[in-house]
Amino acid sequence: MSAGTLYDKVWDLHQVAELPGGSTQLFIGLHLIHEVTSPQAFAALKDLGLGVRHPERTVATVDHIVPTTSQARPFADLLAEEMLGTLEANCAEHGITLHGLGSGRQGIVHVIAPELGLTQPGMTVACGDSHTSTHGAFGAIAFGIGTSQVRDVLASQSLSMGKLKVRRIWVDGQLQPGVYAKDLVLHVIRTLGVKGGVGYAYEFAGPAIDALSMEERMTLCNMAIEGGARCGYVNPDAVTFTYLQGRPYAPSGEAWQRAVAWWSSLASGPEAVFDDEVRFDAASIAPTVTWGITPGQGIGVDEAVPTLDHIAPDERPLAEEAYRYMDLQPGAPIAGTPVDVCFIGSCTNGRLSDLQAAAAVAKGRHVAPGIKAFVVPGSEQVAAAAEAEGLDRIFQEAGFEWREPGCSMCLAMNPDRLEGRQISASSSNRNFKGRQGSATGRTLLMSPAMVAAAAIAGQVRDVRELLPA
Amino acid sequence: MGPITGLHGRAVVVAGDDIDTDRIIPARFLKCVTFDGLGEQVFADDRVELATAPTGPHPFDRPEVQGASLLVVNRNFGCGSSREHAPQALMRWGIRAVVGESFAEIFYGNCLALGIPCFTAAHDVVLSLQAALVAAPDQALRVSLDPPALEAPDGRLWELDLQAGPRQMLLTGQWDATSQLLAHGAHLERTAGALPYLNGF
Repeated sequence: MSAGTLYDKVWDLHQVAELPGGSTQLFIGLHLIHEVTSPQAFAALKDLGLGVRHPERTVATVDHIVPTTSQARPFADLLAEEMLGTLEANCAEHGITLHGLGSGRQGIVHVIAPELGLTQPGMTVACGDSHTSTHGAFGAIAFGIGTSQVRDVLASQSLSMGKLKVRRIWVDGQLQPGVYAKDLVLHVIRTLGVKGGVGYAYEFAGPAIDALSMEERMTLCNMAIEGGARCGYVNPDAVTFTYLQGRPYAPSGEAWQRAVAWWSSLASGPEAVFDDEVRFDAASIAPTVTWGITPGQGIGVDEAVPTLDHIAPDERPLAEEAYRYMDLQPGAPIAGTPVDVCFIGSCTNGRLSDLQAAAAVAKGRHVAPGIKAFVVPGSEQVAAAAEAEGLDRIFQEAGFEWREPGCSMCLAMNPDRLEGRQISASSSNRNFKGRQGSATGRTLLMSPAMVAAAAIAGQVRDVRELLPA
Repeated sequence: MGPITGLHGRAVVVAGDDIDTDRIIPARFLKCVTFDGLGEQVFADDRVELATAPTGPHPFDRPEVQGASLLVVNRNFGCGSSREHAPQALMRWGIRAVVGESFAEIFYGNCLALGIPCFTAAHDVVLSLQAALVAAPDQALRVSLDPPALEAPDGRLWELDLQAGPRQMLLTGQWDATSQLLAHGAHLERTAGALPYLNGF
């Protein structure tokens, strides 16, 4: 059983009571809500005659259903308009801050909470969205919940939870040029499988993790859930503190020094005990691309789609389903696979450094004929920062569309979606069947720089060939 | 909300590992402010895909399992998105319990919050159960929580597992956590009062 890890320390601090079924009542320090998974929770609250216990610990934005072309109200999609209207009414009724469209602070919930300084080390963070694991990048314990649990957090600022085991993912070495946090996490999931993390929290640690920026750490923790781990985290350090200092909701003045001292004390110490440990070498990781229908079906861009004899026997039925669905030939190199649509954005890879990496590839080049390529900043702040340094112009001159912030084609709950059997190169997090809005649409997951390279080449291409030597 | 001790009904088998919640309920059906009506949309795209397939229609479209209340699946069922719309859609189609080799955690918790037990069993046990159900889909099974087991009309018995906590919550009718969580207001404020980030560090 784990002991002395950040997970253990934060868990212990947030315990409220032992519940009759043996689970723990855990206090939730930050509750993030959005328009898709909250309306039924507020309706249930009303039915029970309950209010929101801590509206000041609850923060809302709108991201999943917003269009990324024109965000003028009312939306053309009346259902989307109704969902946003419902969120606005619920927030107004209960005194919850809503970072809405045009506020300068709207965006994907997992982009805005960090950039506003809402997410801090040592917190418990819950949101009705599985990618809440993102916030673990700060040394928070952050996890996705369902709508009944959203109701519970609204009503009680707490949840009934069972404690997870802790697996340390230790990464030595250094990522090579053209290889990003996205490649690292796709490599981890490829190795440990999409079920490998079930029952675990993932602690990412080691020299390669220490060297990552906060935005890269967010990409890494974001996809912990794709490896089955409900939360992933990185111990807070100077990189974390530097990122947080001066942000609107971060502590300031004398409280800042006290906060840093407390945050530092939370990190897993040398005496920490883990339930499991797996080691990786960052230097051996190539730009990674998925070829199948789960995020675990990934390969280096210099590899071929695996043949059945290279797949574990119990994974073969899924591989055969993936060959059929993706229409990719086992044994064929993944590089050179033609793509139709190229999407840069999402809570995984829609932050400023993601757009900078993609723009560095796009600059002075042009999207291949017939390819639809578009860039969706993760938030209004990301959009403003990118525009301030001219990234929007670089993308547009290269033939990419520059859009308004939102979840966009990651999950296609808005007008951005694949058509028919189109195949996308996507910087998002899921390549599930039908994920990007067409029941037969296909998704190749990769880093934003790799998506830019695919857009330029019209096919999967090793981005390292396009980077300056 | 009352105690849940078991059920009696037919079963539908959806075979395959890593069936994600996007497949159980595609995102376009999440554009709603109530869960009403989701039952008809469950597995919408998979059902269209299989409607014309040589292997026959999707299990949820087979006439012999209409009205089934038990779902039998394989590994890591319900992975991916946290959308409670997935178990809501299954429940509104008629599913009241699930048996599988393993479940994604968020899905498992969402089911529990709806009073849907997710039983587990070893690979071989689930395969033998699935084979028996596919061979005779019209048999009504008896599923119990205490002890967790499934019994066929011919007396054949499959032993199942159900985590102790969820089992007790279901058996005592306390699977909806809200009232339990509200019972500890003083404890909750004591915990909050000791958290540095809520108290100026």
